[in-house]
Amino acid sequence: MAKREYSFYPGCSSQKGASSSNYLVSVQTMCEELDIKLNEIPDWNCCAASIGYGGGGVLPRLALSARNIALSEQHNAGQDIVATCAACWLATREAAERFHHDGALMAEASQALAEAGLKLNNATPIKHMAEVLVEDIGYAEIGSKVKKPLEGLKIAGYVGCQTNRPFGIAGESYENPLYLDRLVETLGAESIPTYEKKVQCCGGALAFSEPEKSQEMIKGIIEAAYDHGADMIVTPCPLCQANVEIYQDQINSTYGTKFKMPVVYYSSLMAVAFGRSAKDAALDGQVVSAKQLEEIAKK
Amino acid sequence: MSAEKKLVGYLCTGCGIGDRLDAKQLLSTAKREGKLQECKQHEMLCNAEGVKMIKDDITEGATHIMIAACSRRAKVEAFNFPEAAMTRANLREGVIWVRPATDENGETTQEMAEDYIRMACAELRTINKPSSSGEQSLNKNILVVGGGVTGMTASLEAAAAGYPVTLVEKSGALGGHAALLHKRVPHRAAAIGTTNSRTADLPQPVDNNVAELITRIESAGNISVQLNSTVAKTSGAPGRFSVEIATASGPTISADFGAIIQASGFKPYDAGQLGEFAYGASPDVVTNLELEQLAKEAGNGPIRRPSDGKEVQSVAFIQCAGQRSEREAHLPYCSGFCCTTSIKQAIYFKDQNPGCDATILFDDLRTPGAAGEDFYRAGQQKMVTFSKGKATEVVPGSSLLVRFQDLILNEATEITCDLVVLATGIVANSGPDPYAQLAFDEAAEGSSEKETLRKALEVAPPSILNLSYRQGTDLPHLRHGFTDSHFICFPYETRRTGIYAAGPVRRPMDIQQAMDDAAGAAMKAIQAVENAGLGRAAHPRSGDLSFPSFRKEGCTQCKRCTVECPFGAINEDDKGYPLYNEARCRRCGTCMGACPVRVISFENYSVESVNQQIKNCNIPDEFAEKPRVLVFACENDAYPALDQASMSGRELTPWARVIPVRCLGSINLSWITDSLNSGYDGVVLMGCRRDDDYQCHFVRGSAIAAERMSKVGDTLSSLNLEPERVALYEVAITDIERAPKLINDMADTIARIGQSPFKF
Amino acid sequence: MSDLNQNMIEKYRNSFLKEVEANVEEGEWVKMCMQCGVCSGSCPLGKHWAHPPQEIFMMIRAGQREAVLSSDAMWMCTSCYNCIVRCPRELPITHIMHGLAHYARRLGLAPKGQPTMAFAQIFWDNMMKAGRVNELKLGLSLYYKDGFVQGIKNSLANMKLGQNMIKAKRMNAVEFFGGHGVKDVSGLQKMIRKAQELEDARIAKYGK
Repeated sequence: MAKREYSFYPGCSSQKGASSSNYLVSVQTMCEELDIKLNEIPDWNCCAASIGYGGGGVLPRLALSARNIALSEQHNAGQDIVATCAACWLATREAAERFHHDGALMAEASQALAEAGLKLNNATPIKHMAEVLVEDIGYAEIGSKVKKPLEGLKIAGYVGCQTNRPFGIAGESYENPLYLDRLVETLGAESIPTYEKKVQCCGGALAFSEPEKSQEMIKGIIEAAYDHGADMIVTPCPLCQANVEIYQDQINSTYGTKFKMPVVYYSSLMAVAFGRSAKDAALDGQVVSAKQLEEIAKK
Repeated sequence: MSAEKKLVGYLCTGCGIGDRLDAKQLLSTAKREGKLQECKQHEMLCNAEGVKMIKDDITEGATHIMIAACSRRAKVEAFNFPEAAMTRANLREGVIWVRPATDENGETTQEMAEDYIRMACAELRTINKPSSSGEQSLNKNILVVGGGVTGMTASLEAAAAGYPVTLVEKSGALGGHAALLHKRVPHRAAAIGTTNSRTADLPQPVDNNVAELITRIESAGNISVQLNSTVAKTSGAPGRFSVEIATASGPTISADFGAIIQASGFKPYDAGQLGEFAYGASPDVVTNLELEQLAKEAGNGPIRRPSDGKEVQSVAFIQCAGQRSEREAHLPYCSGFCCTTSIKQAIYFKDQNPGCDATILFDDLRTPGAAGEDFYRAGQQKMVTFSKGKATEVVPGSSLLVRFQDLILNEATEITCDLVVLATGIVANSGPDPYAQLAFDEAAEGSSEKETLRKALEVAPPSILNLSYRQGTDLPHLRHGFTDSHFICFPYETRRTGIYAAGPVRRPMDIQQAMDDAAGAAMKAIQAVENAGLGRAAHPRSGDLSFPSFRKEGCTQCKRCTVECPFGAINEDDKGYPLYNEARCRRCGTCMGACPVRVISFENYSVESVNQQIKNCNIPDEFAEKPRVLVFACENDAYPALDQASMSGRELTPWARVIPVRCLGSINLSWITDSLNSGYDGVVLMGCRRDDDYQCHFVRGSAIAAERMSKVGDTLSSLNLEPERVALYEVAITDIERAPKLINDMADTIARIGQSPFKF
Repeated sequence: MSDLNQNMIEKYRNSFLKEVEANVEEGEWVKMCMQCGVCSGSCPLGKHWAHPPQEIFMMIRAGQREAVLSSDAMWMCTSCYNCIVRCPRELPITHIMHGLAHYARRLGLAPKGQPTMAFAQIFWDNMMKAGRVNELKLGLSLYYKDGFVQGIKNSLANMKLGQNMIKAKRMNAVEFFGGHGVKDVSGLQKMIRKAQELEDARIAKYGK
């Protein structure tokens, strides 16, 4: 039996053929190596992310998360919910906290849930995968699994917004969280704790609706990584990963830059460091390929 | 003054002194040149054995001891020998720690040490152990002037500590302005752990406690209250103040007191100056104090506006009305209580009728005190509207129009309301500035200056203390009529020893701060009483028994000492000779520095005691190329800064010889001329900051020294010396890098301009 | 302008602040703002806000209802939560901005054609169809939101991006036909309808 089990909320973007399907592949590899079993919440739905505020009101938006928590409590009783997507984690945890603080809201949400034949206890801890790694497993155990240290790589830890605020990971500072840097060090690579754009916003959903404004910010994130001599950027957030990686061509044509900065998930780094193949690490899912990682994986 | 002086020296070789210096040579210098009967060496003088050795010697007849070890500021507990006169040669912080331990520096380091030994021995020969003057008297009665919250609190605190109080109040009732308040601003913060949540349990306006204070005064037993009374005359000094209390009906009461607390409070700012806010033009424009009256009248019912008795449905508060403004007839300062007062008053309206619109127009909201921020949030919770905006005009009418500049939205805008409250400030209720009267008295008859001063005096307020002091009737002011006190270090100490100012006469403050202030002043008054009983100085030389005395046959009645004493300690007799009041004296020596004929001295600090140090330092001839830089360092800030610099390993030029002084004010110009005449190449004076934000522990000493030194240029040019040879600096206790650098700079200057031509 | 808007104007004639308190997500916090401006200084898109959050709070208190609700300022929020964690008064500023934007849209006062508002609606509608987001359709709807011709232009402009994504197997044309979704779509939609009903009722009650 696996050492640890979690009720897993993968989120829309991690589905097959979706923008962070590579994230899911590498997470699965990482979990195999760390002896973690992920039990997907049956029939989970979208969390509405943050952008959901525009269409749905408060209650419809929170009801979506209520349904996921209720399904988890029904089918994966006793297991902490874990999400890999920052928005999924934030929306779900935020909903749970709002229900805790606001009895009237909870009552209304329960009324709505009843329409789908569900009931919310709202007693389940809701975690981000980064919390599982840092708090439940710990750097020491992760380090002990490293077979191919990522030596010679300099990696900028880009934490982004919603993995960091408003809840934060392991009680770290909002202004300069270091867990991603520690993780990079644990895997044998060089970190950049002073990377000044590590919590800079990439524009989030506004990358779609306000591309110029967002790409200006993304440019800064990549530029700072180059300034620090980074070989690649690592991030825990699917939207951060996509925004920072896939618009590089457009940014280059707007600003005359020559960006070709790989942006990878921590799970890909870990899969390679744990000795797994480039495919298991989902490096084939890179739009800007991470050649140095591929080479380490090949060794 | 023992006929049989026995001078004994002690050389400590601990802390590396013995390793760096030639101890044998130092002992020989102390005995032969320093003329000590005996000089002993010890490897760790501050340990129990070393201290016992000194104590035994004193028991066996040593009257004067010289300790050559560390700085006079170090090991003060160990080297505490009140039975003997003592000097200290600073070989550790003053020599070995500021000089590099290299062979090529060995010679100059040893020379430095020997000079300090010579200086300490020379000083020792000129001083005697101080003992109290015999003037002292213990009188535990304390006079409190002013029966407001400050005065009542001070009375209760002093009385509770066993010091009987006479409380003089000019009106017919105790309570002052605070008695007029409907409720008080809270002074306790929200409970620990109270978050910023919008439903947090936050402090609310609390009941006025003035009635309770009055009851406690009445039942205290050792507090005698004199209503409708004023202080007609105050003479004497701490421990023996003699006061005449004039009563409205009945005879004048004469009584003696050990100390005095002046809690004369404040006068409300005259809102009649605020025509732009329609004060006077509309009865519905009121001051914050007038609003309290409306609230009191309303009880817990709706507050009605004065013009037509309409229930107020909307009210605007204009913060900083006539305050924090450079305009004429406005107060330039913040009165400190008005922001929380407006929050409290807005809550009056909201508590009675949550639908009443209450808007506070503020520029900077300042909410001092433990509860301040929480109380601000309490106002926000109750939907008081806080608008960052500067009111420009109030247009009178059945509905008042308030025009203001919104400082966030950056636009001119307006609101209408039923009532406008002006958050007006306070003016110190102090007596006249004593120096204004003195300046008038001394101005030439018929001069235009005299006329200007006369006009200023005509509008001066009446005296509160009626001091019969050489330097005027009342406590000196600092700015804006508030009484002068050392803001940072000892706020209650005024410039009249034994008289303590507390409450809003000292600086703008709210009720809670005034109560804290009152307790502080009461403690200081008690301390003054006890010190006066023993003939000891008050702060900052607390415990000092020395006092100044003068040689009458040499005195020229020039009055410089009586005029320049920062504490008004010296009166004059009929012939113009100084009359010292030791208990008023703070022992700074500013009088000693002032005296042109050098007749003023302390037993253990005199023109001669420093002169001998200057003279007994070796001045090598010019061919030796070893210049000498004489440094006078204030013992309060500059000297400790040099000690700190030494501890942190900063180097000092080997040419420096540092003499600590009580205050720069005690420096007699003769020291400068004598030292330059005898071949010193440069003189550096280091004292405290001296402007309105002064740091001088004796308030005016440093400033007076600077005035005197402005004339030193004449001396230099008469000696045909470069003006750069004398430098005066303000040095703070934190100037650890700068202090030694200033001295090293003088060494560089001498290297540039050459040595003094006065070497023999 | 909607009837709801007219009702609200009638009811809160005097106090926009009270209207915000009653009807806007976390609106009760607005009065607790102390105007320090840390939120405005912390916003990554701050320079693009016609009225940064600090100003919005001030405008609400000053009763500038029209100016606030018709502003596109709140729609600049990227949900980065910087303002929330930095606010010394702990105001949930991000949520208040979301709430104001949503309320403005509900009343029909939000600026027409505001791109983030349009995207937010497309996102919501897309998600409501199957209970999960269909990224391909989401992207296409966004490109074609301003008509067919603009849609073709947008698609061409982003063609390389799309090709890259397809190559990386992070976009799949098959998604256009059906794609992922929850099994109990009807249950989910019933739940959301109910939630919407409850919320509308709450606001309508205040709006009477």
